[in-house]
Order: sequence, then structure tokens, then C-alpha cells
Amino acid sequence: MTGLKLASARGVGLLPGRAGVGFKPEHFEAILADAGEVGFFEVHAETYMGDGGPPHRRLEAIRAAYPLSLHGVGLSIGSPRPLDRDHLQRLKGLIGRYQPAQFSEHLAWSSHDEGFLADLLPLPYDDETLAIVCRHIDQTQEALGTRMLLENPSTYVQFSDSAIAETEFLAEIARRTGCGLLLDVNNVHVSATNHGFDPFAYLAAFPLRHVGEIHLAGYADATDDEGAPLLIDAHNSPVRAAVWALYQETVGRLGPTPTLIEWDNDVPAWPVLVDEARRADAAMARRADATGLRHAV
Amino acid sequence: MPFEATIASFAHALVDPSRPAPAATRRGDGRPVERRFAVYRNNVAVALIGALEARYPVVRRLVGDDFFRAMAGAYVAAEKPRAPTLIHYGDSFPDFVAGFPPAGAVAYLADVARLENAWIEAYHAAEAAPLGLDALAATAPDAFETLRFRPHPAARLLRFAHPAASIWAASQGESEPRPPEIWAAEEALVTRPDADVFVRVLPPGGFAFAAALFSGASLGEAAALAAADGFDPGAHLVGLIEAGAFQSPISQEP
Repeated sequence: MTGLKLASARGVGLLPGRAGVGFKPEHFEAILADAGEVGFFEVHAETYMGDGGPPHRRLEAIRAAYPLSLHGVGLSIGSPRPLDRDHLQRLKGLIGRYQPAQFSEHLAWSSHDEGFLADLLPLPYDDETLAIVCRHIDQTQEALGTRMLLENPSTYVQFSDSAIAETEFLAEIARRTGCGLLLDVNNVHVSATNHGFDPFAYLAAFPLRHVGEIHLAGYADATDDEGAPLLIDAHNSPVRAAVWALYQETVGRLGPTPTLIEWDNDVPAWPVLVDEARRADAAMARRADATGLRHAV
Repeated sequence: MPFEATIASFAHALVDPSRPAPAATRRGDGRPVERRFAVYRNNVAVALIGALEARYPVVRRLVGDDFFRAMAGAYVAAEKPRAPTLIHYGDSFPDFVAGFPPAGAVAYLADVARLENAWIEAYHAAEAAPLGLDALAATAPDAFETLRFRPHPAARLLRFAHPAASIWAASQGESEPRPPEIWAAEEALVTRPDADVFVRVLPPGGFAFAAALFSGASLGEAAALAAADGFDPGAHLVGLIEAGAFQSPISQEP
């Protein structure tokens, strides 16, 4: 991790310890008319990989008024295959153009011989995969010239030959590469339900000191082959009660932390999204009231 | 199992619904995971079909949701994105539609798809200052013949066997689209000189004239190529410039 600089050292600032939302074009006019309702915006990097046009015009206006978080969904860091150099260059171009406060990606893979598979796919956790993921993160941070955050996944299957717990796997990645972590609390609840583990125990084992951002989202309900609950990370609805409870526990330990409301499908009216963000802000404020701390992070 | 083999078996099973869930994901006690694995298959299909629905809204409207979903599903099964930039996925869909037998009865469908693909390409194209009419005004009349123009990065020229631009335009509103009054071949220009994408039907001879200018011919050469009874290159040039088809500046190099 030599030569890495924190985003703040590049003069682009950090995300504030409050709630932000994913930017959706249908909210553009309302956002500009309604300054300061949220602390930051996050966008999927790949949506802005066209050469020009309205997407870039809107993002420039958003970036001029708010801190920005750039979130990649296509780098395929968790793949055995080498990283896509062209894609790294596209990311580098976006970071240079928009100077986001931070860049994050996923502990997942999405590309193989078949092409780009447009989903965040799971990987086994063992010494071999740990070394490969760490190499990819080193290469990414080197190529982008910035420290990145890595997000814990939602999963629907596990691998019989996984040998390392996910929390331990993430902690070791952060230790070896110097990257930060993005804790998706909805993903914790989804995976815990799907695989029958205690989400609070997962949180207790999670290396919270590396967390630079939290994600919250809604999930969809399904059932597995045996009729047991199977939760889907759908980003199409309000954050559920069980996830708010986990979030309250998380910010209770972590203090105010940049928190994103992810609502990518069946996108609601702007005020609905703002209400979700306010709820996250209120959870952070409750924690600050309880401890007397203002800014732990 | 080595990592590469695990991921390869996962990817193979993901794109081939006739395969069972990969062995590496089976539970130690042998309990089935097919419905769990199906979540991933469904995610891939929803994302890729959704990308086509967003790119081809008029084609979808013309054939209906169910037909579109089936046609898009067949395309997705045959053509995966080659890069993680889904905003570019589906540019070969018009050719697929043209060769998709169940859509054969809707002969104009592939033409409408080509127009929608050009529209989205224009939407994402690089920014450039469009050439204005003032540049012509500043040119000496005897130099007109030698003028050369550069196409604007967003400009696309299309030639249809069917009135695809009229069909497309009639499908933009809320009301039920009506078939065009005149059923004839059309030529169209798609431009985005500033924020908004425009689609224009070109007058007769317009495609040949504009295509010649786009490929670097001088104004005199292009006018000669498009020459026909009553063809007015001056009026065509003004129309193209007003549409934002060229970028600034013009040149007079030979």
C-alpha cells in the first residue's frame, strides 16, 4: 500500500457523517430546488461512462453542490481473472473528472468468459481467494491513486469449501491492502437470514474501525427450496425494521458515519427518499445524544 | 476446488438454465440450493433485459411487454455484454430483431430499433460546439464549393425501408400511436447539439448529401453526388446546420 493517499489528502474532502442518497435523474429538479436535504450523493460509476450528454451535465450540477461518492458495480474484484485494465482507466477518468470524496466496490465478481454478467456474484473464502482479492485491490488503489472501500456482499448460496469467515476475510483484506470497508447493513441482514447466522454476532466480529461508509436498503421476500425465508437484496423498497435495528447498533458503536439510502428500483418520490435519509440521521443523533459524542469518525 | 474452476462452473451454470446449481455451492448435508441459485440467474436476466427495455422503449411499446421480454430474453441468452458498461449494451439488438423469426410479421420493427439505438448513442455522445449559420455568413461566396464539414459527435444518419421515424414519432405521446399516413421509405438525422436529442426526417436526397459531407467530401463534391431534379444543396446545408449536424469550425482545406 505504498504511495496511497487518503481522499482528504487530495483536497477533495470526505463524506460528512450523515445520511446521503443514491442520485436518480428523476429527482434532479427537486434536488436543485431543495438544497441541503441530504449530506451527499452516491452514483454507480458505470452509469457515467458515456462520453457526454445529459448524464454528465446532471452529475456536474450535483457535484458542484454536494460531496459525491463513486460506487463501482463492474470491476469484478472477486474474480480469479486479471482486472480489466480498460475499466480501471474508465474509473480513473471519472475520478479525475468528478473528484469524488471516495470510491467503493464490491467483494464479488461479475465478468467471466461468458461476458459481463450484470450481477454481484459470490466467491469462496480461503487463502487462495484472499491473495487474489488483495492483489486486485492493490492494483485498483495503485491505478486509481486513491484508497478504496470494499463492500460486504448479500449472498444466496455459500461455498462448501470456504475456510474463512466473511468478517475475518474482510478484516484481513483491510489489513493487507490498507483499503477501507463499506458496511452494507442490509446485506448483513439478508445474508444472515439466508444462511442462518446471527447478524449481531456478524457485526460484533466485523472490523468496524475500517468502515468509511454504511449502506441501507430494502429487501424482497422469497423462499428457498425448503420453504425457508430467502431474502433478496432488491433495493426497491423502504429500509425494514430489522435493518434499522442493526443500523442503530452499528452507529452506536461507530458514531456518525456517512450512510447511504440505496433505492435503485421502483424509485420513490424525492420526499420519500429524504424521509429515509432523515431517519438515518436521527439514528446517528440518538447515538450522539446517548454518549455525548459529536464526531467519533 | 481451485478458484478458477469454482468460478467457471458457477458462470456456466448461470448462463445455462439446463445445468444444476454448481456442486461447490451445495450444502454439506445435501440439501438442495436450486431456488437459491435461481436468484442469481434471475438477477442477470432482469438486469440485462431491463437494459434493453430502457434502450428500446418504442420497440417494446409496439410489440407489447410480453413479446418484448421474450425477444429480449432470446437476445440476452445469445449476447452477453462484452464490458461492464451497460449503457452501451444492446447496440446489436436491431440486427437481432431483423433476424428474429417471430418478429418477421412486423417488418418495420428492426428499423425502429435502429433509430432508438442511434438516439441513445446521440444521448451519450461527446459534447462539441455545433457549427452555426454565422460561420457560413463569414465565408466568401466563391469559397463555398471547397468548404468541408466535420460531423458533430452526436450526429447519426439513418436510412429505412419503412417509415420508421414517423412510427417512432407517433409513439412518443401517451395516446395510442396511429400508423403513418404515407407508407414510404424514410431517411433520418439524429442530433444532439446541446442537451436534447432531435430526430428529423430528411427531405429527398438529404441522406446522400449529408453522408457525403460526413465522410469528408467538399460542399461542391457532395452537391454533385446528390444532384437530382430540383435538389437545392443550399437549403439542405442550412437545414443540416440548423439541426446541429456539424461541429465547429469549418475548414477550406482541399
